[in-house]
Amino acid sequence: MIWRFIARRTAMLVVTGLVASIAVYSALFVAPGDPATLLIGGGKPPNPHLLAEIHRQYHLDDPFLQGYWRWLSGMLHGDAGQSLSYRDSVTHLVTGRIGNTLFLIAYAAVLIIVPGVVLGTVAALRGGLGETVVTAVTTAFMAVPTFVMSVLLIWWLSVQWRWFPAYGAGSGFAGRVEHLTLPALALAAAWTAYVAQVTRSAVRTELVSEHVQTARARGIPERVVVRKHILRNASGPIFSVAGVAVAGLIAGCAVVEQAFGINGIGALLIQSAAKQDLAVVQALALITVVVFVAINTLVDVVTVALDHRVSLEGTS
Amino acid sequence: MTGTHALLEVKNLHVTLTGDRRRRTVLHRVDLAIPAGAALGLVGESGSGKSLTARTVLGLLPQGARVEGEVRFDGRSLTAMAPAALRGIRSHEIAMVFQDPRAHINPVRTIGDFLTEGLVTTRGVRRAVAEARAAALLGEVGIADGARRLRQRPSELSGGLLQRVMIAAALLTEPRLLLADEPTTALDVTTQAEVMAIIDETRLQRGLAMLFITHDLALAAAVCDRIAVMYAGSVVEELPSGHLSDAEHPYTRALMASRPDLGGPGKKLTAIKGRPLSAFETGPGCAFAPRCPDARDTCTTQHPALLPAGSGQAACHFPHHPRAAAGAAERSTSDA
Amino acid sequence: MSTYQIAALGRGSTRLGRLRGLIRGRCVLIVAGSVVAVTVLTAVFAPLIAPYDPNAVDPTAVYQPSSSAHWLGTDDAGRDILSRLLYGARSSLLAPALVTLTAGLVGTALAVSAAWLGGWYDRLVSALLDIVFGFPGLILAVVVAAMFGAGLTVAVVTLSVAYLPFIGRVVRSAALRERQLPYVSALRMLGVSGRRICLRHLTPNLLPLVLVQIATSYGYALLDVAAFSFIGLGVQPPTAEWGLMVANGSTGILAGRPEQSLYAGVVIVVFVIACNLLGGSLSQRLLGDNR
Repeated sequence: MIWRFIARRTAMLVVTGLVASIAVYSALFVAPGDPATLLIGGGKPPNPHLLAEIHRQYHLDDPFLQGYWRWLSGMLHGDAGQSLSYRDSVTHLVTGRIGNTLFLIAYAAVLIIVPGVVLGTVAALRGGLGETVVTAVTTAFMAVPTFVMSVLLIWWLSVQWRWFPAYGAGSGFAGRVEHLTLPALALAAAWTAYVAQVTRSAVRTELVSEHVQTARARGIPERVVVRKHILRNASGPIFSVAGVAVAGLIAGCAVVEQAFGINGIGALLIQSAAKQDLAVVQALALITVVVFVAINTLVDVVTVALDHRVSLEGTS
Repeated sequence: MTGTHALLEVKNLHVTLTGDRRRRTVLHRVDLAIPAGAALGLVGESGSGKSLTARTVLGLLPQGARVEGEVRFDGRSLTAMAPAALRGIRSHEIAMVFQDPRAHINPVRTIGDFLTEGLVTTRGVRRAVAEARAAALLGEVGIADGARRLRQRPSELSGGLLQRVMIAAALLTEPRLLLADEPTTALDVTTQAEVMAIIDETRLQRGLAMLFITHDLALAAAVCDRIAVMYAGSVVEELPSGHLSDAEHPYTRALMASRPDLGGPGKKLTAIKGRPLSAFETGPGCAFAPRCPDARDTCTTQHPALLPAGSGQAACHFPHHPRAAAGAAERSTSDA
Repeated sequence: MSTYQIAALGRGSTRLGRLRGLIRGRCVLIVAGSVVAVTVLTAVFAPLIAPYDPNAVDPTAVYQPSSSAHWLGTDDAGRDILSRLLYGARSSLLAPALVTLTAGLVGTALAVSAAWLGGWYDRLVSALLDIVFGFPGLILAVVVAAMFGAGLTVAVVTLSVAYLPFIGRVVRSAALRERQLPYVSALRMLGVSGRRICLRHLTPNLLPLVLVQIATSYGYALLDVAAFSFIGLGVQPPTAEWGLMVANGSTGILAGRPEQSLYAGVVIVVFVIACNLLGGSLSQRLLGDNR
């Protein structure tokens, strides 16, 4: 059962990846004007000589499928072409920046999962006023978009209190932690609130469930009841929503990197979109979408492994 | 019944719960006694407070519940017991079998986890040893391939098998008292009989005392020594199961009359008029008065106490003597 | 995954139920309703209310604090922040409205036709909706902006596509259920054409659901449009728009003048919370559910 599910999800992943790659590649030809202009970057006066050169270099006059295949196999081999506006290879642009982005995502993921799960669990187990407060605060946080949270954090923790730098990514581990704390907080805030709420309701659902009552009726020690019955059974939805949150970070990175002036993939994507440098945008969009869908697939598979009850619904 | 040697004694139990900001009485007055090795059938319509009585015994009431009166187990008061000691009672002395095994067994973990958990976490038994004992006990409750079942999950077992697993789990800790809360209601009829036979057999073999909760009077009479009948949160009658036909309380008799008889067609089933009341809806008088055919003025104003009557005890102002009643009926027909 | 989460989100304790009751209470609803109504009115009547031209640059009055002349102060170019917020409501409110309405219209058409026709067409539509659902909307918008150049039109069109699944998937499954109802087969036996059944019977019956989906996704659409303007690919300066104002003000923050960003940010958050509360209440009224 679970293997069939994994196979199905993997097939869906491959199909989505292929559809995404075709869509991304054909962007070059759907866009108005000569595709070569888009590869040079927007705004520049087209030089016929240069255009012809680019047409030859990028095989733009080949049949669509042939061109697509050349582009895709290049991407798969780590060759994502040249960016004319950056005068650099796309692969080099990406590898130079991916460290910052991965660090930021990992940092934000920790900030989402650890406090989110802990807050939600404690709120549900303790109940009472604490639960009300956690619910109220998380509801408010969920309405604050990342970009507003970014400027609030810069104003409050960077300008007013001077605790953290407002710009840049820093270098080395300590420098990165220092520089990326605010961006990671801004990126994480709404998702932490969301994870806390889902955790709270998942734990509460288990807390009042009949099988937990059975465990108590059998005199099982309370910590074992919490760990082996309540948290164990709530781990499916908690993991699932945490995974959705981490996948969401990939898109959210763009906003935060732009807000905090971090030299990362997201900022690169936005800046090259603004320059209409399609070679870079294509490569980054494909990477982003594939990683996004892959994480979602992985999350679904792990969720099913954690809680076999879901697989019955998932495969039907 | 003499309460001096009873294993479980419930005296004057009164329980209220809070829900929707209101405090509601769910048990008015429950008195029960079960001697060691004996079985008491607790019978009543749904909502009469049977399950809550069992839950109160184990201290499994929801938050905000208030308990008055006393529950004594082997001389010790369970209602006054500290949580840790009560946990000890739950894990060593009293085991419970619930109505719906599908909901009451953790669906995510294996049958083996469920069965051995009690032994491993509360007795310090090694897992391998616990598994061997669990597999052996599964054989005793009629599950042949125990070792394989231990690796399975609840969703792979039928309801009947799951209930046997639940019974095995209860027996595994070698308790002295079994609380069986409608253990066969969720099962189909043939499985019901098998599971009931297993409960009855294993109980007698081990000399286990049992509180058997059911709405099926005949089933209770078949497996229990004595019967207690509950109505709207109170015990209204308590008597040996062999004397059910001489019941004193009009409600017990109405229950007997509303039972289909396999004796043959021709006899009309009598339904009890009106709907059963919840404990919090009752007035100052007898809770059954609005539905009682023999109710008089006193019944609506005064609460009847549980007093010796006939072969047991009944809470009725006008305990009915069937033979006298039959005679009265004869007289009235002859008059006409 | 989604059904599981929703199931998990369903229950709550009585205390939280009370809190939720309070949030859903009439009092809060009136406040949320007035916030939305007032904001919409200011957007419509901005030229009449605004004390200044939102684009009037005044180099002599840069970063003014709030005063009787400029209630909320001025920005880095000496423009009146209050006037810019009032005018900014126009594109900030209109763009997500266009996004949700377009997605609602096209999504409903796709969903109802797919549910009615079934077969390969239904499979194709569902697969496309699933794939779009799997894409991060913001990334889609960035790619399209790279193709056609940045601007509000690109943002609105792309986000409309990205929001299609939010309406299409829900409406399709509701339409599938509706199709099974006896009155539909009765209409068919009377010889009513499929087109007519879809347009005159199915769609009107699904309208409450469509409205609820549009209302509940409006707040998210507003945040997405604002985020898109914030990163510089949506509304272009000097047009006043809330997301853009947050971005514009961020240079002022480091200079110790956070007013523009903070006011615009607060306006966005308050308005979105009000929208979400109204959407939730609408969904409760029309569908009777507790989302």
